[in-house]
Amino acid sequence: MSTLVMEPTHMAARYLRALLRQPLYVVMQLVQPVIWLFLFGQLFKNIDRLPGFGGGSYIDYLAPGVLVMSALLSNGWSGTMYIVDMERGVLDRLLATPARRSSLLLGQLGYWAMLTVIQSVILIALSMLAGARFAGGPLSVVALIAAAVLLGTVMACLSNVMALRLRQQDTVIAANVLLVLPLCFVSTLFIPGALMPGWIQTVARFNPVNWAVEAGRQSLVAGVDWSIVLTRLGGLAVLALVFGFFAVRAFRAYQRSV
Amino acid sequence: MSAAVSGARERAAIAVDGIAKTYGKSVRALRGVSFDVEPGTVFALLGPNGAGKTTAVKILTTLSRPDSGHAQVAGIDVLGDPKGVRRVIGCVAQKDAVDLEATGRENIVLQGQLYGMHGAELDRRVDELLDRFRLTEAADRISRTFSGGMRRKLSVAIGLVHRPRVLFLDEPTTGLDPEARSDMWAEIQRLSVNDGMTVLLTTHYLDEADHLADRLVIIDEGQVVTEGTPDQLKSELRGDAIQVDLDSAAASEPGMRALRSLNGRLRDMTCLGRTIHARVDDGASAVPGVLAVLDGAGVRVAAVTVSRPSLDDVYLNHTGRAFRPAPEGDSR
Repeated sequence: MSTLVMEPTHMAARYLRALLRQPLYVVMQLVQPVIWLFLFGQLFKNIDRLPGFGGGSYIDYLAPGVLVMSALLSNGWSGTMYIVDMERGVLDRLLATPARRSSLLLGQLGYWAMLTVIQSVILIALSMLAGARFAGGPLSVVALIAAAVLLGTVMACLSNVMALRLRQQDTVIAANVLLVLPLCFVSTLFIPGALMPGWIQTVARFNPVNWAVEAGRQSLVAGVDWSIVLTRLGGLAVLALVFGFFAVRAFRAYQRSV
Repeated sequence: MSAAVSGARERAAIAVDGIAKTYGKSVRALRGVSFDVEPGTVFALLGPNGAGKTTAVKILTTLSRPDSGHAQVAGIDVLGDPKGVRRVIGCVAQKDAVDLEATGRENIVLQGQLYGMHGAELDRRVDELLDRFRLTEAADRISRTFSGGMRRKLSVAIGLVHRPRVLFLDEPTTGLDPEARSDMWAEIQRLSVNDGMTVLLTTHYLDEADHLADRLVIIDEGQVVTEGTPDQLKSELRGDAIQVDLDSAAASEPGMRALRSLNGRLRDMTCLGRTIHARVDDGASAVPGVLAVLDGAGVRVAAVTVSRPSLDDVYLNHTGRAFRPAPEGDSR
């Protein structure tokens, strides 16, 4: 089979094997979104009584948002893999093989995408147990997961760029925290746009996290507005390509500095 | 003349021509380094840490680009066709470059896969390498559990999986215990002698370069200080060291007088207690004359030792400084 497919597959398999050897880490990755869902669900459960919320229960409303936030949080760790590889000299070894730089990246992104999908499926199942109904049907749920994967990919690429350029573990982790929560709060993730101050509504329009939330939330309504879903997913896909390009370029920047 | 030179350069496994590299604004890691490596030989870059050895290796393995100068590996230009170079070289970095979360076998397999190897061919090659480096028993353990010596062997095995034509070993024995070091030396000799591989190694151990290298360059502060075979470099120093142990300190005065009568064959004579040190051209053939003249003067000799100059002496001679490796951890 073509090296275009095989190289990334081998790289993804490497990360997956390492993951499966840390069962506790797997459990924590999967439990974390569940904690968010029930914590925020309880904390803000009276929001659905506010005029302007628009009906439905808050846990329904929150489920797609928590899914998107979880994808951001986990994919934000992506760069730390390269930091570890750098410190051990593994990255230099990989870069001295004939494998494409894009293969090294795609394998890692593929691994994160797999992780995001598994995390999302578990979260969707649990939200359904908690009473969330995905009235939009299976296809709209797939769109929700796709939104999480695309946004996660953007985040992973950003984290990789920081790792390859700054080469500092602490900076990558701090940037993850600094970025994810504000981006989530400046979106309709927790409350509907109608309840937000005007300036946040304006900022949210340009916030990719909000695009993912809007696309994902269509899975909750019976009459899915596919134009919302497709435009938001399209925007995220373009962003993922742009950031992927930057991440491949960052390998070159890294090599210049070694 | 120039045609002969370029012909020789084309045959060279590694041809380096004036490479220079500056990090940031002021750290001049390399200041125009040139050398050629004959195919199938072991070549050493010898110098203290911080001399520029690792930078040279990074440029030759396409990880880094020189600011100026050219380099070819196996006849392929490192700047013009880096991917072509990557296909034919193997690299074993100073850090072990082992994925500690993977087993020994998985580490080698992934490397092979990235060179496009697969299936039974790859499995066979991996088994062969595990066996060669005596890692078969530990092969399916997570490499985090490996000792330092095992990790180093694994990292060499990883670098060999695709049967490279040119192998780069950056400080292959730094941090190894004496037993693991002598294992590694034997393995490096096997690579060159049995497999016909060209090996370029960097080291800050004089004895290592002396023991392994067919040719070597001494690099200091980013420049080639001298080049040659270990023997050539040592014979550039005038003469061998000769040491005469007399049977008593009282004999040293007549002993010195007798040796001076050899009409200057012995130079730099010094006497310490009952031992006389001197330098002499071709020490072995001078010994009978030394013994005869001492015997004639009635001076009894306990022992005579002749030693070839070491690379320590060569280093001192060329840099004006005693060889003193910088603290470990600086990888430039």
